Amino acid sequence: MRNRTNNIFYGIDWVLVLLYLALIFLGWLNIYAASVSENHTSLINFSTEYGKQLIWIGLSFPLIILILIFDAKFYTKYASLIYLGSLLSLIGLFILGKNINGATSWYSIGGISIQPSEFAKAATALAIAKLVSDKQFNLKKLNTQFQAFLILFLPAILITLQPDPGSALVYTAFIFVLYREGLPLYYVLLGFISATLFVITLYFGYKLTLLASLIVFSIIILYFVFYRTKALKRGWLRLVGIYLIAIFYIFSVDFVFNHVFEQRHRDRFNILLGKTTDIKSIGYNTNQSVTTIASGGFFGKGFLQGERTQGNFVPEQQTDYIFSTVGEEWGFVGSATVILLFVVFCLRIIHIAERQKSKFSRIYGYSIASIFFMHFTINIGMVTGLLPTIGIPLPFFSYGGSALWGFTVLLFIFIRLDANRTNEW
Amino acid sequence: MKRKGLLYFSIILIGCVFLIRLFYLQVLDNAYHNPIKNNSAVKVKYSYPERGYIYDRNGVLLVANQLSYDIMVIPREVKPLDTIEFCSLLKITKKDFIKKLNRAKHYSTRIPSTFLAQVSKNDYAYLQEKMYKFKGFYIQKRSLREYPINSAPNVLGYISEVNENIIKKKSYYQLGELIGTAGVEKTYENVLRGTKGVQFIQRNRFNKEVGSYKNGIYDTLPIPGKDINITIDTKLQQYGEALMKNKRGGIVAIEPATGEILALVSSPTYNPNLMVGRDRSKYFTKLYLDTINKPLLDRGLQALYPPGSPFKIMIALAGLQEGVITPASTVRCFGGYRYGNRKNAFMSCHCSTHGSPVNLDKAIYRSCNTYFATTYRKIIEKYPTSAEGMDAWNKDITSFGLGKFLNNDLSVGKRGLIPNGNYYNKWYPNVRWTATYNISNAIGQGEILTTPIQLANMTAAVANRGFYYTPHIIKKIQGTTIPEKFKKIHKTAIDKKYFEPVINGLFNVFEKKHGTAHSSRVNGIEICGKTGTSQNPHGQDHSIFIAFAPKDNPKIAIAVFVENGYWGSRWAGPIATLMIEKYLKGKTSRPYLENRMLTGSLQDEYDKQLIEEENEK
Repeated sequence: MRNRTNNIFYGIDWVLVLLYLALIFLGWLNIYAASVSENHTSLINFSTEYGKQLIWIGLSFPLIILILIFDAKFYTKYASLIYLGSLLSLIGLFILGKNINGATSWYSIGGISIQPSEFAKAATALAIAKLVSDKQFNLKKLNTQFQAFLILFLPAILITLQPDPGSALVYTAFIFVLYREGLPLYYVLLGFISATLFVITLYFGYKLTLLASLIVFSIIILYFVFYRTKALKRGWLRLVGIYLIAIFYIFSVDFVFNHVFEQRHRDRFNILLGKTTDIKSIGYNTNQSVTTIASGGFFGKGFLQGERTQGNFVPEQQTDYIFSTVGEEWGFVGSATVILLFVVFCLRIIHIAERQKSKFSRIYGYSIASIFFMHFTINIGMVTGLLPTIGIPLPFFSYGGSALWGFTVLLFIFIRLDANRTNEW
Repeated sequence: MKRKGLLYFSIILIGCVFLIRLFYLQVLDNAYHNPIKNNSAVKVKYSYPERGYIYDRNGVLLVANQLSYDIMVIPREVKPLDTIEFCSLLKITKKDFIKKLNRAKHYSTRIPSTFLAQVSKNDYAYLQEKMYKFKGFYIQKRSLREYPINSAPNVLGYISEVNENIIKKKSYYQLGELIGTAGVEKTYENVLRGTKGVQFIQRNRFNKEVGSYKNGIYDTLPIPGKDINITIDTKLQQYGEALMKNKRGGIVAIEPATGEILALVSSPTYNPNLMVGRDRSKYFTKLYLDTINKPLLDRGLQALYPPGSPFKIMIALAGLQEGVITPASTVRCFGGYRYGNRKNAFMSCHCSTHGSPVNLDKAIYRSCNTYFATTYRKIIEKYPTSAEGMDAWNKDITSFGLGKFLNNDLSVGKRGLIPNGNYYNKWYPNVRWTATYNISNAIGQGEILTTPIQLANMTAAVANRGFYYTPHIIKKIQGTTIPEKFKKIHKTAIDKKYFEPVINGLFNVFEKKHGTAHSSRVNGIEICGKTGTSQNPHGQDHSIFIAFAPKDNPKIAIAVFVENGYWGSRWAGPIATLMIEKYLKGKTSRPYLENRMLTGSLQDEYDKQLIEEENEK
């Protein structure tokens, strides 16, 4: 075996690196299209957003090298410390943070704003990997489950308090990781059922939902009465308990929605569920974005030819709504390509994660695949009008240094871990 | 391993969901694909071409254009404004302002619609200076119709704003645009209108115009409307209108050799210049609600009446064609025709030829009821059943364009009625009906209904000895030809040889001392004609006259119809012959008669009738 210190690129997965470069490149092209104006025509102009993004991209390469220089063991060894540092940086925001667009999510250092929540994802992934890969750790046990959830909830709660609930939502991605590593199925089912009940309650109102759940419950009881009489005798208490919890949940959804949510949150859900139509104020972003994507047609209007992009119709187009630029200028062909790139990218990470011999590397890889997947789902879902407006960036595409670096760190720690897999005997 | 699968599966599932969603949005859902519609990034500006002029057959200008100014509004761009000042500038009330703005909002908040149409030139001068204060409003120039000659409004028609029904049917139009809604303006709308030009302008999200959309590749220039010549002879038309003053009725004059309509008079009429500009709707409503005089009814085209005696020409021709009579056949008339044993089964006749044999010639010029009743009965009874006889008769008659739509280029028309066998089978389902059941058809009464233009066309077909061209109003379209259907000969079912004896009879209507129109004879013009008196159950009979001249190589065929004009030779005959004289000679030679017709009024008669009708109620 060669001494890999001679070559920091030894053993890294070039497919993943190429996918990364492709996404970064396409992302920048669309940021350019979305933010270019007739006043700034030169390619490198640091007063424009595409110019700044070019700097972030340029600076991400030294960052990558820095990540690769560290030994793989560094990340396993100092995972807890990195996590703690990350939590501190999140707490520090409440004292030193800068408020931008209503959220105190930023440190402002000499004109450059840094968003620690973008880096907290990598730290949390390391911490979870460290915890779960421990040989003593068993996800079937309640107290270990509690430890895992604590690790996830701490950054998520801190981020929610900023408030940046969109970024906090990403932490639900870890359910995939924990399930993969042995978390009982009913956690996943619980999550799924409660999400479904949430939407149904909002859409049909709690009265109808209660009625529907009563009917469903009665059918289940009848099924047990006729076919599984024994099981019913043993477990009727549990069934009734579940039903009571469901009723309580439905009521609380209604209560939370109407009394805890602010109007702007309610509006987002109502518009998405088609309960109110409003293309002027609240639904404006989504409507503009969907129209813009649709106007691209099959082949798109061509690079810099999208009149809605060039006319700046979609607010925040270069950040959260960057995908609408792809839709308009590159059409179905282009946007389908980007979707496929992301799908392949996530599947590649899982594939590599599954081949890891080290449990730590595998869990970390699984975590980042889930995080990328969650960002991808929420962002594209929002931009295409399938999900409510939840402002989180599309990895590598959206404008923003912190996000780009955060995702780069997330990915390249994994590439570094993977490069070391042959040493993990 | 089961647990590995969940994330794999979720990623692929979400990927597919997004691909389907994108495919739906970008490929299947056409609502977004029109680069212009549903695109708030593109502003559409129209430029309207000048509407084509309308000239008469001799090149006299009938319809021209004048400039008008419309106040347009884009509701969502309207900013709070000084409503009082704005209203006083436009001379409207605040209530109107709110109503008009709401109407525009209801149509669309983005697309411009007309706020106030056709502002006068003077108001425009003031407004232009103040307009900058009123965001969302702007002035659009448009051309309006102008009528240099106050004549033939029923022929020319008018243009009006499109309503939402028209917009739904014809996508070319947008709220506030104009469309021909009657007369030639309606039939030749597409020719006269031209095509509006479109300019697409790129906007940013603040509605600021940032330049031409895609360098103007979708932009089009307006295509001007084409000028047209109509077949009307303005001098004749105006003369006809003068003759019909204070009488209700219509005149239709046709050039038999072409089917061109020389005059189409409907009385009472109105001044076309009042149907233009902001007072249009006020004036239109007034005309529309005048149910007594019905000035908007084109009596030449839409007035349905039993034709009376002129219809005997048809019976004569059908009789000759069916071989039931010859020109020499005679009938003895004893003051009427008895068609049954009952006391009142008797059709009286005023041909005053008591007892002597009446041949075809005499029957025509003295308008003998008995003769045509006999002929009619012979036609029907020639066939095994009355229904078959009726069908054969119907075929002969309808070949003259009676009882069906003429299918021409006039925007209104009526079908009329020439009954056939089936018609009476339905009427008398359980009876073996015979010709005597509907013997009044023989003298143009009974079930028969015609319009003046159908009678004029029938006259033209007789003048042509057996054919006609569809009567039409279009003479020339700038740059193109008139529709082919107007150049097509329609042959009647009657052989050419049968026309001469009938035409001789029609000639003798004037020439013979006892001819029913002897008093209307014109020296130097060989006129053939037939008087008619259409029985009217509600009042005085209608006066009808048809004529053509000269006898050989006819230049004009005319049908005149005067409501409640007593009998044919009292009003319609003189008017028809004066028209013929005016057209052929350019002047008239009977000042006394002309003066009587020009100044004569039937208003007393109409008033009397109105009172009677009121009393009946």
